[in-house]
Amino acid sequence: METTKNYFFMDMGVMLGRSMRHIFRSMDTIITVTFMPIALMLLFVYVLGGAIQTGTDNYVNYLLPGILLIAIANSIGYTSFRLFTDVQRGIFERFHSMPIARSAALWGHVLTSLVSNAISVVVIILVALMMGFRSSAGVLSWLAVAGILALFTLALTWIAAIAGLSAKSVDGAIAVAYPIHLLPLISSAFVPTASMPGPVRAFAENQPVTSIVDAIRSLLAGQPVGNDIWIALAWCLGILIVVYIFAMWVYRHKAA
Amino acid sequence: MSQNEIAISVQGLKKSYKNTPVLIGVDFQVKTGSIFALLGSNGAGKTTIVKILTTLLKQDSGTAAVNGFDIASKPDSVRQSISLTGQFAAVDEILTGRENLIMIAKLRHLKNPRQVADDLLNRFGLTDAADRGVSTYSGGMRRRLDIAMSLVGKSQLIFLDEPTTGLDPEARIGVWKIVKELAGNGTTVFLTTQYLEEAEQLADQIAILHEGKIIAKGTLAELKSLFPPAKVEYVEKQPTLEEIFLAIVGKKEEE
Repeated sequence: METTKNYFFMDMGVMLGRSMRHIFRSMDTIITVTFMPIALMLLFVYVLGGAIQTGTDNYVNYLLPGILLIAIANSIGYTSFRLFTDVQRGIFERFHSMPIARSAALWGHVLTSLVSNAISVVVIILVALMMGFRSSAGVLSWLAVAGILALFTLALTWIAAIAGLSAKSVDGAIAVAYPIHLLPLISSAFVPTASMPGPVRAFAENQPVTSIVDAIRSLLAGQPVGNDIWIALAWCLGILIVVYIFAMWVYRHKAA
Repeated sequence: MSQNEIAISVQGLKKSYKNTPVLIGVDFQVKTGSIFALLGSNGAGKTTIVKILTTLLKQDSGTAAVNGFDIASKPDSVRQSISLTGQFAAVDEILTGRENLIMIAKLRHLKNPRQVADDLLNRFGLTDAADRGVSTYSGGMRRRLDIAMSLVGKSQLIFLDEPTTGLDPEARIGVWKIVKELAGNGTTVFLTTQYLEEAEQLADQIAILHEGKIIAKGTLAELKSLFPPAKVEYVEKQPTLEEIFLAIVGKKEEE
């Protein structure tokens, strides 16, 4: 017990290195999680942006939070896929029969999701800066943004873990991502919810992504965040706790 | 047999999946440094036994000790002293052969992972392919890498679950050579197979698993003596297709 505990973080580092190689060697992953959100941002700012009324003169500022959430949402299908293949190919069994902490293999994937998303978020913000994104936010606000994004990533990652661990086929493992892709589209990510018809507006205003987008947007604009940040945090933490417990239950059953 | 001469000791092992009994009371012992073959048809429960002994699965009842450690109460010590090569080559397809070995060496916290990897690549004839992605490897190369990964850290006891299933005859003979070398160096090898010839070629001890029980066990000679004595018959010895295939392929390689 002693030895496995001492090496826990080292082992997780090895797992992280392994999955990061998977990501960097998969053009498909890089395109979907980084290039596609950037392309979407270019499309909305330079093609559609002129026709969108958001009440701000800088549409990149308005759009960026939603784009970041889309990038994170795009990544979770891949997390699910990587986990699924590890279970299917017997790599988890190999790790589990070795003298390393049982959960290191799973946490390695979670850490990978956090690190890879942090990288793509930074790249997207750099591109946004070139497109005219400006922020008056101080260090604390940026830290708050990072914290919300990390919680959002973790919540989605554990959803991906449930799918990856329990899916019967690759398609099933990836399918978890589709409904999540829809959430940013039906939210305040691109246009203010006030412009939407009744039922759509009701959905948009009461789903997690809108409050998260609004909170990040206010933080980056240096405006008072009001209740949005608490609603955003409540959503992220609430989802995170529920899916974490469920994912660990699935994991224990798989690794029994 | 004294305690340290026994690598694996299994008593009354039972396991059911839902309501289907798979193992209904399995008993056997494996001597340290020997090659033990568990023989059985598909679905006989061979993999279930391997999973229980390697701490991946819990038995319903019965006891088992691996390298002197009880599998239920000391799973960490068991894992410290064994290596598993599962039924399907558990290698990382996206990493190269070298990276796979280095990864396992790091997870076993060895001093010089790169050196360990180089040595094993060399020993398993994978040096030329070392820096290629495993997805480009043939079935035989994959299996060799898989076994090489199990040898990282020099465990005293190695489990090989159907190591030659799906391999061509040459690759199969390559795996047999490796297994013999391992035993020659004092490693205990626990092998499952559905090929009778494999058990005959390799094993010091053979146990036959059938319908959830060990129905016969012993050395090859002991098993042979259980059955009607050999009859002397005169038959024309025809080469088997395998002998023909190996002769032709062998000749091709010499040219």
